[in-house]
Amino acid sequence: MSSLHWAILSPFFIACFIPLVYKQFHRVHTGWFVLFLPIVLFIYFTGFIHEVGDGRHLSASLGWIPSLGINFDVYADGLSLLFSLLITGIGALVILYSIYYLDKDKEKLHTFYVYLLLFMGSMLGLVLSDNLIVLYMFWEFTSLSSFLLIGYWYHRERSRYGAQKSLLITVLGGLSMLGGFVLLSFMGDTYSIRELMGQTGELATDPLFTASLLLILLGAFTKSAQFPFHIWLPDAMEAPTPVSAYLHSATMVKAGIYLVARLSPVFAESSLWFWLIASAGILTLVWGSYSAVKQTDLKAILAYSTISQLGMIMSLLGAGAAALHYESMDKNIYMAATVAAVFHLINHATFKGSLFMAAGIVDHETGTRDIRKLGGLMNFMPITFTITIIGAFSMAGLPPFNGFLSKEMFFTSMVRVTEMEIFNMETWGVLFPVLAWVGSIFTFVYSMIIVLKTFTGKFKPEKLEKKPHEAPLGMLIPPVILASLVIIFGFFPNLLASTVIEPAVAAIQPGLSQKQFQIHISHWHGFTIELYMTLGVILLGSLLYITWDKWKCVYHIIPGRLSLNRMYDALLAGMERGSIGVTKLFMTGYIRTYLVYIFLFFIVSLGITLWREDAFAFDVGNTAPVRLYEVIISVIIATSAIVILFAKSRLTSIIILGAIGYMVSLFFVLFRAPDLALTQLVIETISVALFLLCFYHLPKLSSRKEERVAFRLNNALISIGVGVIVALIALSSHSNKLFESISNYYIENAYEEAGGKNIVNVILVDFRGLDTMFEITVLGIAALGIFALIKLRLARGTLKDENE
Amino acid sequence: MKTNDIILQTVAKVASLVIILFSIYIFFGGHYSPGGGFVGGLLASGAIVLLLLAYDLKTVANMLPVDYKLVVAAGLLISSATVSGALFFDAPLMTHAYQYFELPLLGHTSLHTAVLFDLGVYLVVIGITMTIIQTIGESE
Repeated sequence: MSSLHWAILSPFFIACFIPLVYKQFHRVHTGWFVLFLPIVLFIYFTGFIHEVGDGRHLSASLGWIPSLGINFDVYADGLSLLFSLLITGIGALVILYSIYYLDKDKEKLHTFYVYLLLFMGSMLGLVLSDNLIVLYMFWEFTSLSSFLLIGYWYHRERSRYGAQKSLLITVLGGLSMLGGFVLLSFMGDTYSIRELMGQTGELATDPLFTASLLLILLGAFTKSAQFPFHIWLPDAMEAPTPVSAYLHSATMVKAGIYLVARLSPVFAESSLWFWLIASAGILTLVWGSYSAVKQTDLKAILAYSTISQLGMIMSLLGAGAAALHYESMDKNIYMAATVAAVFHLINHATFKGSLFMAAGIVDHETGTRDIRKLGGLMNFMPITFTITIIGAFSMAGLPPFNGFLSKEMFFTSMVRVTEMEIFNMETWGVLFPVLAWVGSIFTFVYSMIIVLKTFTGKFKPEKLEKKPHEAPLGMLIPPVILASLVIIFGFFPNLLASTVIEPAVAAIQPGLSQKQFQIHISHWHGFTIELYMTLGVILLGSLLYITWDKWKCVYHIIPGRLSLNRMYDALLAGMERGSIGVTKLFMTGYIRTYLVYIFLFFIVSLGITLWREDAFAFDVGNTAPVRLYEVIISVIIATSAIVILFAKSRLTSIIILGAIGYMVSLFFVLFRAPDLALTQLVIETISVALFLLCFYHLPKLSSRKEERVAFRLNNALISIGVGVIVALIALSSHSNKLFESISNYYIENAYEEAGGKNIVNVILVDFRGLDTMFEITVLGIAALGIFALIKLRLARGTLKDENE
Repeated sequence: MKTNDIILQTVAKVASLVIILFSIYIFFGGHYSPGGGFVGGLLASGAIVLLLLAYDLKTVANMLPVDYKLVVAAGLLISSATVSGALFFDAPLMTHAYQYFELPLLGHTSLHTAVLFDLGVYLVVIGITMTIIQTIGESE
């Protein structure tokens, strides 16, 4: 095991001890014991920056199921390192924040930190795995731990709803992704991502390529809350705020982004990849930002804003995928899109984390997150206000914060996308910059709503549950750190450029040299079309914000009744009702119905087999001559069988049944089977006696008049069908005897080998004696069963339904 | 008028003895002529049923103080012991052995372990039939 393995598994190990620590040191907040782990891991991962920046990478392998090619292979390049730093860095800040956010006396802290550590470990495993199956395992671990964290306050109905919804949607995607992975490994004959990257050209021509691409993208889109699978994210806001800040803004929702970036070298050959990612991303951007504006809950605004920012990163990755087709060009402008994606990924993690924490502070100190109740908090919470304003302005893309830079780069990429000459971009390409611009305007509007509606305007103390005041220092430290990062990255973006972004881009675009984008990252000023677009965003956004009251009715029209949440609920309810309906339709509870199914299946399957295999044969060559006695007995049996159907009294039926039994034993006599005849005779007598016993004990009710069996056409048809099929099969099998019977062996050896002359008995007790052994066991069980049924039943009246 | 079953009871005594003898005959002859443990067992229980019809459950229980569930168990034990006994002689499961002997009264006779197995069958069949019939007969 290498140190990377230990780094991935350490959260799982530590998680085992959390409950113990919680019990043992109850006086101290458990979070303090957890906090050291992400800090240590963060320092550990920073140690790699230099090495990875030089273009090297770390890898290690650990056998898990080597015979199946499934090994715990870890691989750290620029992209993985970037994600690991985000996970551990923000993880440390979130844990520090949660120490002050969660009350140590009221909350079940041990479960919280166990879930959180599970999540952290699985997220690290996800981004560092090289093996597809291991990646999938960690992927599902993140879904599961996220489910647990969303449902942390499980006594709330909304938490359970949100947890269930997120689990259903992300697991849907996860399973389809597993399918995609299996197809991919099937094509490339390996589970290793690095080895798959080496076979890009061959994979693209495989017939399974498109299916695998679609399945994997479904997984990435559901996890990263892309349209129309974004609906789980707003409901996941029922989780405690540290969880929302960590999982649903900075890390888990970026797992899909990571997957797309990681597999870009494999799939980017295809135009489908570009179109799906770019258009899903841009659509999500617009829809998310449009929906965010109408929300009244601070966390809901942030959730929709996360959705829209994820869409933005996704569309940038899509545009970046086009870079692969311009390898020969000197000025690779499309690679700038990838740079922008990575840069915005970092920026989003910083400002969204700080915004969530600020929203949590507001909630914690006022008792509400509803912006209709909030207002004028600027004087009470100056630090929180500062944090929010930095985060929100960065999110809106205003200078001098880092969001401005990435937004500029986003616009650049989207404008350049229209110049592409591949993938039929000439026709619809112009939509990309327009939609990106529209989305940014709405982004500006909701960013302003967050700041201005919460902290400015009239203070409404009567609507608040608590008297607002500034948060404790410990709660403020993490968002302050994140907000200062926003500013630092805004002023000195090149700090990141060579250390983190370049290796990450190199990992996403492995075929291209690093020199080309060094220019782009520093090239961020100048009077270009992007700058005018930003000016337009600010102007139009301000205008929209001021006139918000006049146009907000638009939201009643557009999502209105057609909102995706309603569709999801209707779908879920519909599926439930549908499956109940279908089940009720055929599970009637009547044995009669089930027998009809069984016999119908019997007729249909055997009939079709007979017909398709052309198996029916009728050959009289091998039959014995028919004798008079046989005809007489057959006629008696047939008549009796028919008479039973029309018999009015049960007594008649029982007696005729006995007659049939005796006739059968006569048949045995005729066909020279004395043992069978003897047994049949005695057994028939006993069973008739038992039937009579049953008949005698039938309840004497006046309504239970003896009647003929009612005629039902269905039953008649089915019974005739079964009879015909069995007759056909018997005739065919008799006509198709393929092998000599083995009975000659018994005839020859019964006396020599077994010392008996009655072959039947010798077979029963000697040649095939084990069968007899277990048949008498069956008889013994039957006798004990009858004894138990009759003797051991509970006294009448005490029998009760155990559910009562 | 008081009814009595004197004819039935007298005939039943005689007949059941004959039936038992016949069942033993059938049982022992099983390896050479039609019959064997199964039919023999059924016939023997038929004889007991005849006694049950002629007398009543209590009287028959006094005449034959046997717990038929134990008979089932004994039969199963004998059969399975025969089946597994072969293992002690380094032979596959269910291997029978037979040998001809000169017995004092019977003369030249073959003794066969299959008969032991059949004896198990015989006992099981008597046991189950009687358990079933007695249980049902006693129930209210």
